[in-house]
Amino acid sequence: MDIQILGTGCAKCKTLYANAEAAVKELGLDATLTKVEDLREIIKLGVMTTPALAVDGKVKVAGKVATVADIKKLLA
Amino acid sequence: MSVPDEVAVPAPECSPASGLRLWQAAVLALLAGVAWWAVYANLAPAARWLTYGALHLPKGAHLSSALEFFLFEVPKVLMLLVVVVFGVGIVRTFFTPERTRAILAGKRESVGNVLAAMLGIVTPFCSCSAVPLFLGFVQSGVPLGVTFSFLIAAPMINEIALVLLFGLFGLKVAAIYVVTGLSVAILAGWTIGRLRMEQHLEPWVLELRGSGEATLDEDRLDWGARVQAGLTAVREIVGKVWIYVVLGIAVGAGIHGYVPTNALAGLMGKQAWWSVPLAVVLGVPMYSNAAGIVPVVQALLGKGAALGTSLAFMMAVIGLSLPETIILRKVLRPRLIAVFVGVVATGITMVGYLFNALF
Repeated sequence: MDIQILGTGCAKCKTLYANAEAAVKELGLDATLTKVEDLREIIKLGVMTTPALAVDGKVKVAGKVATVADIKKLLA
Repeated sequence: MSVPDEVAVPAPECSPASGLRLWQAAVLALLAGVAWWAVYANLAPAARWLTYGALHLPKGAHLSSALEFFLFEVPKVLMLLVVVVFGVGIVRTFFTPERTRAILAGKRESVGNVLAAMLGIVTPFCSCSAVPLFLGFVQSGVPLGVTFSFLIAAPMINEIALVLLFGLFGLKVAAIYVVTGLSVAILAGWTIGRLRMEQHLEPWVLELRGSGEATLDEDRLDWGARVQAGLTAVREIVGKVWIYVVLGIAVGAGIHGYVPTNALAGLMGKQAWWSVPLAVVLGVPMYSNAAGIVPVVQALLGKGAALGTSLAFMMAVIGLSLPETIILRKVLRPRLIAVFVGVVATGITMVGYLFNALF
């Protein structure tokens, strides 16, 4: 599973990254987490509001910090 | 297993709406409303009692008049802010930026400008996301002028500005601000569209145009989730803005108590024709949110500043800012930025003159 955290380095993006990391750990998933900070890449994924979270190239959350519980629900 | 990151995560709030039945939620909301009103209606006597009763300050002194003003306005504005931000937070769950973009993508100019300006009020926006939003609009083929109408309206007319205008100036000025703010956004966006500035976008932005749009899986929200979004908005927005409200009102209270009435008539009054452009030129590079600037302007108005000049100053401070133009420089060439600032500043100046002439 490929999880991307989209955002240009704001505080909220870091929180989302930490939440995603925790969710992956708690579920014991085999997933790679990457930060996408380049604006062009973010726009290519169709995201207009950061932070956003994409799973296997599909945007699941945009414009808000999803909680660990939210992300676990998305990944499960 | 160690999960150190979880410590930094704020504990998710328990959802008050999800466990409740509808009638329980309704009763709870009604009780909260009654309690809110009971406190709100008694703020003025409470402030008077604290100032003159509890602290024994003499009537008519500078300090007591400033303090009474402060003790009344701070809780009043904060209480209004909580209610309105909560309501707007719920409304905004219906207007995501993605949906706004979808609405605007098929629209022609003029109709598009009007719609974009109005959607700018209700779509969640912060200047930090101005660039991705701009790119997203351009990407899905929203005309440039229409995009600008949105970008001008979104920061200038928002719930915080409205609460402060309504709370401190009353309904009439708040309504005037909305109508003229919308007009500036519509006309400035339309003008930028007419000027055919597309070649002044950065080249890589131009390449994005019409490159299609990825769609976000829209999650269907139930009412519990919408109420939750309202509460989140209160926590985030009021949590961030309250300090500006307190500081702004403190400065306003100082002006209210210590600056003599009509001290500013010569400087910011109607007679001084140059006061409007000066207010705009001073206001454009300044960056403050509505919470910081409206209380100050309200105090100035009481000391002889003209309404048009005050409105123009407020719009220039809230609507245009140096940080925002620096952020936009990533996607716009200098000439387009200059046109954007110039057109909006001209619109605001016209608003200032119009209201100085009318009132």
